Parts: sequence; C-alpha cells; structure tokens
Amino acid sequence: MTRWIFFCLLLALPAWGAVGDPNERLADPAKEALAREIGRELRCLVCQNQSIEDSDAPLARDLRRLVRERVAAGEEPSAVIRFVHQRYGDFVLLRPPVTAATILLWATPFLALGGGIAVILLRRRRAMAEAAALSPEEVRRLAELDRGAA
Amino acid sequence: MSDAAFPKRPRRWMLYAPVGLAAAAGVGFYAMLQGLRDGSYNPRGVPSVLLGRPAPDFTLPALEGVDLPALTAEDLRGPLPGPVLVNFWASWCAPCIIEHPQLMRLSREGVAVYGVNYKDRMAEAGAFLKRHGNPYRRLGRDEPGRTAIDWGVYGVPETYLLDRQGMIRWRWAGPITTDTLESELRPLLRRFA
Repeated sequence: MTRWIFFCLLLALPAWGAVGDPNERLADPAKEALAREIGRELRCLVCQNQSIEDSDAPLARDLRRLVRERVAAGEEPSAVIRFVHQRYGDFVLLRPPVTAATILLWATPFLALGGGIAVILLRRRRAMAEAAALSPEEVRRLAELDRGAA
Repeated sequence: MSDAAFPKRPRRWMLYAPVGLAAAAGVGFYAMLQGLRDGSYNPRGVPSVLLGRPAPDFTLPALEGVDLPALTAEDLRGPLPGPVLVNFWASWCAPCIIEHPQLMRLSREGVAVYGVNYKDRMAEAGAFLKRHGNPYRRLGRDEPGRTAIDWGVYGVPETYLLDRQGMIRWRWAGPITTDTLESELRPLLRRFA
C-alpha cells in the first residue's frame, strides 16, 4: 500500500515542479489556475521563448506576482493581459495580435493551403482536359486501327 | 496531339515563379543579415511602447546614505530646462560598470541624468557610486521593480531620453558605450536641446 502511495506521489512530482515557488501560489486554486493560464500567454522578456510561468528570471517572477495580485483583486484575464501589454507592447504576447506587421505570419497557413488546393485543381483540370480531347486526326487513326484489328 | 482543340498556353511562369520566390526570399534574408550586422534589426529587442509619450506615473524614495533628491514623475513633466536622461541601473549589473564613464562624461557636460536604482541593496548601491562616481542629479530607489515594469524595462542598464516637453524620445536597452554615445545619443541631445 505504501508502495502505491509513493508511486502516485512520484507520478505527481512533475506537476509540483511545474508550479514553481509555492510561496507565489494563490490560496484559491481556481484563481491560481486562472493566473497560470494568463501567465502562459505572456512572454518572459529575458529568456524570450519561455512564458513567465516557465521562466526563472527575476523579471518573470515579478510579472507572475503582478498577475496574481491582479487576479486576486478580481480583475478579468483580458484586463490583466492588457495591463502588461500596455507596458511591454506586442512582444510580450506569445500569441501575437493581427496587425499589418503580423498579417503575413497569420495568413501563411491559409496561403499555403489555398496554394495547394489551386495546384491540385489545376492539375486535375488539365488531366481531365487531356483525357477528353481526341483530335479528328486521332479519331480517324483510331478508326483505322480498329479496322486493321478486325 | 491535343494541340488543335486545346492550344498550348504559355506556362513558362510556372517555371519562373519558384525561382522568383526563392530570389525574393534570398533578398529578404540578406537584408535581415545586414540589419543584424549593423544593429538596425534586433529580433530579441523589445521595442518600447513609451516612445512619443510622457513618463508613466511613479514616486520613488531616495537612496539612504546618498545625498541625492528622490525621483518622481513630476520631475519629468515638461517644460524642462533641457533634455533629460533616465537611467535604470544596479550595483550588481556588470554592463552598468561599462556604461558608467559615459554617464559621468554626460553629467560633467551638464546633461541632466536621473537614476533609478533597480532591485539593489542600499549599501551596495551607495558603495558603487562612491567607487565609480555619481552622475545622477536625482536618484530614485525601485527595490520591488514595479516602476521598472511600468516603464517596460526588461533588464539593466536601460536608458530613456526625454525631450523638454517631457516626451520620451529614445530608449536604449543595454549599456551606453562610447560608440552609442557618439553615434546615437549625441545627435539626439543636439536635436532636443
């Protein structure tokens, strides 16, 4: 039995590691989950490919604390993100907003998909056109061959 | 064969399109590399949202043991007698030591340099200024780092230039080297003088 308990604790270990300093966590698990969700949307400006939830940088810790304070005060997630966005600009958002500068980034999957579909349609149309077309010369020759076979 | 019914359309563009696309990508990539080399393009740089805007509101206490007035947003509201530099620094920050002689030089030339001491121990900040000299006219202490977040600071040293109207005109993340001073900052100081 104790072995099973230890095994379960072992399985839960990564979850404990992921939440960082226990002192940072909010007492209310619902609010803590919300804060973590917000934090995962925000880029750590120091180690730039991590979210502030994943980063050990002091600035990320400060931002985590700031997010938790605002969530604890009952602020909406969008308002918390806006607060940080107003200070650090688009760069802080791990999901960049659609602007003139990022439109190509957002449009690329659709462009690639549209391009692929266009190529497929073009090729199919050509294949169909070639299959359908027999010139009068070919028709005559085909008839000749038919006669020869008979 | 089927030429009579379906005249062959010139489809040469299909051959050239990928080549053209690759060429355009090559030109873009070259421009990017060039920008990386001369510093005009920095993919890790965080552009400041404060440019063209006044300093955010803040009130910072003075550093104890250093005989300098504290710093608040009120000190940065126009009209100002001249352009002002706001420098975020810390005694634990090595690039701040590289930058310090340039700040000292500006201060001797009469440029108003205001300091924000970021997440530092008071005694060590004071010792830093004693050892390297004090370029600051005013010095605020931001131990929790909240004012720095309001400014969008993401590392020290970081320096902002405000014009006489109190508008932020320039932000430099990283140390102000002699090169930065001559090629970037001096022309701006002349322009906003």
